[in-house]
Amino acid sequence: VRAWVLGDDIDTDVIVPGRTMKFGIEEIAKHCLEAVSPGFSRKIKPGDFLVAGRNFGCGSSREQAPAALKHLGVAALVAQSFAGLFYRNALNLGLAALVCAEAKRIRDGDRLELDFHRSTIANLTTGENLPFEPIPEHLMEMVRDGGLLPHLEKRLKCRTTS
Amino acid sequence: VKPMLERLGAKVWDPSKVVVITDHYVPTYDDESRKIIRIARDWVREAGIDNFYDEQGICHVVLPERGHLRPGMFAVGGDSHSPTGGAFAAYMFGVGATEMLGVLVTGEIWLKVPHTIAMDFAGRLQAGVSAKDIMLFLIGRFGLDGGQYQAVEYRGVAIRALPMQERMTLCNMTAELGGQTGLISSDQVTKEFLKLPDQETWESDADAPLLAHHCFDATELAPQVAAPHSPANTKAVTEFRDVKPTLAYIGACTGAKLEDLRMASLVLKGRKARMRLVVAPASLRDQKAAENEGTLEVLQDAGAEFLGLGCGICAGYGGNVLGEDVVAISSTARNFKGRMGAASSQVYLASPYTVAATAVAGHICDPREMLQ
Repeated sequence: VRAWVLGDDIDTDVIVPGRTMKFGIEEIAKHCLEAVSPGFSRKIKPGDFLVAGRNFGCGSSREQAPAALKHLGVAALVAQSFAGLFYRNALNLGLAALVCAEAKRIRDGDRLELDFHRSTIANLTTGENLPFEPIPEHLMEMVRDGGLLPHLEKRLKCRTTS
Repeated sequence: VKPMLERLGAKVWDPSKVVVITDHYVPTYDDESRKIIRIARDWVREAGIDNFYDEQGICHVVLPERGHLRPGMFAVGGDSHSPTGGAFAAYMFGVGATEMLGVLVTGEIWLKVPHTIAMDFAGRLQAGVSAKDIMLFLIGRFGLDGGQYQAVEYRGVAIRALPMQERMTLCNMTAELGGQTGLISSDQVTKEFLKLPDQETWESDADAPLLAHHCFDATELAPQVAAPHSPANTKAVTEFRDVKPTLAYIGACTGAKLEDLRMASLVLKGRKARMRLVVAPASLRDQKAAENEGTLEVLQDAGAEFLGLGCGICAGYGGNVLGEDVVAISSTARNFKGRMGAASSQVYLASPYTVAATAVAGHICDPREMLQ
């Protein structure tokens, strides 16, 4: 598993083009990030990490942006900062979005490993350990459940059984 | 949302608090968009939602126009330009589809209590300078994440002097500034627009702490233009004289409300466009009002073509998106690469005044020259 590194202000139109929105996620994902990284959807492997600079996911509310990344098997997103709306959408789909002030130290192709307990990203290529801001517990629980939909399913089930 | 509700076996928590508006896929243009709109129409009926506005215009404009917003409300919308509602002193922000499902089922959402960033404008905008120029200026100055996902409050005499729809443009583009919402205290202008009886005013406490307080003089602001491919790529209009667009577009919730159409008509009155000028009014009511007062006729006489109501080209939907290598000047909110059509198209963002002046001049042009 490796890191794919992108720059600052990567917007949702670049992540998934608007003209593909009427299709299903499989088709949308084929065009994921094609404007900045041609062939990205073919090159990325399940379990890989996407690393970006500031304000990743700015722009529209389209949930297909994190959905396409999840569909392609991205294990987690690491960025200096995320656009608020994108951040919410990613967690709501069960895709971990990690704020790491030193994300820029990660190079394209580096091998990474996540430690949620210690809130660190181990860069196996350079030997560095980079801290990330822990996701608040009530949101982490939702991410562990696989997103808001399964989380709600669980909650509603508890309510009917209790 | 419909299949997710079915999976949960859940109902809408309170249909009277839900408003559904069709805008992204209308007018329908192919089998997929027809299917999407049909699903929406059927679902609204099944779910018992009475507040349904079908092909009446763009949600951010239709929602307040039909009286669904009130000062002091807490609201979410399924589109990133939902901060528009903040112009009515309502705390409103955008969410994605799954999060909207959560709201529909539970009536609840989480929120990190925001800090306030105050943008204070003294003085008065010059003729030919508008809310859009204020926002392009702020986004250029502070960046696409300048709002830090906090509440951005617009204040000062220059803001107070703005009509309601211009205030909506400020809060609308808070999305591009990276704020969670944009806010403006309610006053007489708000009450008249919403036809509210006299009621309390919603405003920030005088001693409320601010994360940042930025002060500007509106009088000094020149019309602004954002070059491809970012709304933060902004400079004064005079820096772009050599750019010759082939298309001028007045559209979207950001740039085709009645107030926006009026701005364009002030410039276009008695003049002809020298390039393709395309206008897509933001709502049916605004379109009718513009027709009744003669504004549409001015645009038509200048050579404008009209498109149907909806998000259209701005969102990259529909049959009229930008082709390869088209250079456009647009009153919309975003010029990200490929957003409005081909990845090779180039979009310059500007106010309706500047878009109209550019259409007439054949190159990007300062509208103040034509308003003297």
